[in-house]
Amino acid sequence: MAAASPSPLLTVERVTKSFPGVRALKGVSLQVQSGEVLAVIGENGAGKSTLMKILAGVQEPDSGTITIDGKPARLDSVLSALRHGIALIHQELNLADNLSAAANIFLGREPRRGPFIDFASMNERATKFLKDVGLRIPPTTLVRSLTIGRQQLIEIAKALSVNARLLIMDEPTSSLSAAESETLFAVIRQLRERGVSVVYISHRLGEVRELADRVVVLRDGENAGELSRAEATHENMVRHMVGRDLSQFYARRPHPAGDVVLELKGLRSPVWPQHAVSFALRAGEIVGLAGLVGAGRTELLQTIFGVVAPAGGTMTAAGRPFIPQSPRDAIETGIALVPEDRKQEGLVLGMDVAENLSLPSLRRDQRRGFLNFPREREISTEMIDGLRIKTPSAAQIVQFLSGGNQQKVVLGKWLALDPKVLLLDEPTRGIDIGAKREIYALMDQLAARGVAILFASSEMEEVLGMSDRVLVMHEGRLSGEVARAELSEETVMHLATGGDRREAA
Amino acid sequence: MQTKKIFGILSLLVAVVLFTASQSGSFLDPFNLENLIRRTSLFGIISIGVAFVIITGGIDLSIGSVICLVGCGLPWLVMVQKWPLAAAVPAVFSVAVLIGVAHGFLITRLKIQPFVVTLCGLLLYRGLARGFTQDQTMGFQSEYKGFRALATAEIPITDQFGIPMPFVLLVVLAVLAAVFLNRTIYGRYLLAIGRNEEAARFSGINTRAMILVAYVISATMAGIGGILFMMDSNFAQPSEFGNFYELYAIAAAVLGGCSLRGGEGSILGVLIGTALMQVLQNMINLVDWIPTNIEFAVIGAVILCGVVADEVVKRMAALRRAAQARTGA
Repeated sequence: MAAASPSPLLTVERVTKSFPGVRALKGVSLQVQSGEVLAVIGENGAGKSTLMKILAGVQEPDSGTITIDGKPARLDSVLSALRHGIALIHQELNLADNLSAAANIFLGREPRRGPFIDFASMNERATKFLKDVGLRIPPTTLVRSLTIGRQQLIEIAKALSVNARLLIMDEPTSSLSAAESETLFAVIRQLRERGVSVVYISHRLGEVRELADRVVVLRDGENAGELSRAEATHENMVRHMVGRDLSQFYARRPHPAGDVVLELKGLRSPVWPQHAVSFALRAGEIVGLAGLVGAGRTELLQTIFGVVAPAGGTMTAAGRPFIPQSPRDAIETGIALVPEDRKQEGLVLGMDVAENLSLPSLRRDQRRGFLNFPREREISTEMIDGLRIKTPSAAQIVQFLSGGNQQKVVLGKWLALDPKVLLLDEPTRGIDIGAKREIYALMDQLAARGVAILFASSEMEEVLGMSDRVLVMHEGRLSGEVARAELSEETVMHLATGGDRREAA
Repeated sequence: MQTKKIFGILSLLVAVVLFTASQSGSFLDPFNLENLIRRTSLFGIISIGVAFVIITGGIDLSIGSVICLVGCGLPWLVMVQKWPLAAAVPAVFSVAVLIGVAHGFLITRLKIQPFVVTLCGLLLYRGLARGFTQDQTMGFQSEYKGFRALATAEIPITDQFGIPMPFVLLVVLAVLAAVFLNRTIYGRYLLAIGRNEEAARFSGINTRAMILVAYVISATMAGIGGILFMMDSNFAQPSEFGNFYELYAIAAAVLGGCSLRGGEGSILGVLIGTALMQVLQNMINLVDWIPTNIEFAVIGAVILCGVVADEVVKRMAALRRAAQARTGA
């Protein structure tokens, strides 16, 4: 364990935070020294994002203390966090892309001459901050014209312009190319030399190992360990995150793959019409779909499911040609999609558990247009028991369930239809570790029953642990396929960042 | 949630009824009550229509103008163009249905906001009606009494009081609407679409077709309302006939528990909301010390209070739940 120096920049002690239906933080403590890169890792739902929001003043903790420079501090707004020198670099960038780089850096604090913006002085000062983050662009460049990686550097420049001493970066590389990530790492190292601290959240353990001076692991809203730079090996980090032996956690039993149930023949999604995607899915296999954020995984799944019309190519489902024009077509062919955005696309949050579970089956179970209430009750009892959905009753409004139970409702509504192909988009995002484990077990059971599963995931451990084989996407094309025997984080990341198949092998 | 809302609005209705009865001797007159029921029934029909649109999260501002187009169009066809009644009624009815289809098409296929589409409808249909009638007042004069009986007749209960025919029609339409909304898969689809259209589409629901159906229901009910309003008064001045009726209908639906955000609403609530609107108007007319010219102000204030009270209750429930989550969970 790393020893704490006499006056750490920031100390967090026993912080708790609850939301309706879920205790996100159950007493988390950590320290950040000046000029240190501290990585905070943990699985989805471990409480990382909540902790970071508390540090950035976005949310207030229910209890616990925060000390800055040895003095107790109350971070009740983003502004008060900024006054203490803490700035959050968001996962989704918060820039006005119709304004220039300089205007974004000084947004709300523009240098003025009388009532007018002093553009000359603003651009001059912006140039210095841009240089600090390694950007040699005119300050008048429109943010819209910059790549995501460069936009992120502008966010950092903006934070530096308010004298931030602690930068919180939430998954900063999730949408960056390999080269852009390298630039970011170089900037982070420079900042560290200048005494700026960085709290770095990432799922990519390779990056964490490369950058972090110290690693704090969260699991289920609690501290699950702290690792020094030397201790932070891949295996060690995973063991602390998962809290048990990996082979137990990812429940996979080998079963033979059956016939091809879905085949893509040169399918083109409307977002990446220049890339034709071809592959086949067999009954009973679990195929991982890996790639960076924005690589086109969601678009591919949505094209298969008929949410968006394909720009070209065909598919066959159970040997018959199949071009879905709507989700309804896909559903009738036996395809189901658990979407990435549970709250927007997966659930009708204001309706109750039973109503959500039966929604896709209403048409099949109807009695000449009338609702089949007995069947609806049957489905909800079956799914609530079978998936162990924790809910006071079938009449509970879904909004008030925890993330894991909400996700089980989404799974349940599709299982009621007995799909042959199950598409899952980030199936365990934002849910606690117990529910996660149940979902893995369920995927395994479904595969054993002959369901073909294609799941997109940004969580490397999950991809490595659950897949029979992995398809990797890069900028809209299928950049490679990795069999279970050859699976490793390096191979997958290499393909995901645009590497060539042969180099990887 | 819905039952609580209905109970709340029902209490308000009872309070206004008791207040008016205590302040005005003529409120309980059989003649006044009969008239009140008749007007509530006519407005109830158009309010049920717009409720379906509101439940999907949309809005229909064209109702008053559809009423004008149909209400003036029917006597114009019959009296001026000399069409037989048996042809004119289906003709105006079809126009109403087609207007609904057009609205639904523009909203679901061209993705134009419902507000804009139906606002244009509001201007368009009234302008058309004033054009072909040349702003002349339309009516059946003393003809077609048998047909007008649909709106004017009553089922006698005592020698002074009878149940107006429109009330019978309202009951039939309301029962059909309630069954459609609560007992068929299509009603469930509409409720799901109103809460979350994306999730409904991802669940395999043909959301475009269902939204179109909602606008057809709204325009059709407005068409039926137009015919009935016309036959009731036998007097339709194209520049005024049906003015503001869409706002009365929307207000009644909102009072009755429909959220303009969509996904919420019950037919019974809408009926009680309509009744409340009518009793309020009646109160302003009958109670001596309330000046008649502040009618809109009173109605506006009551609706605002109802909506604010509803929001306050909702927030308190949310706070309670959050507190439970902190202590329990």
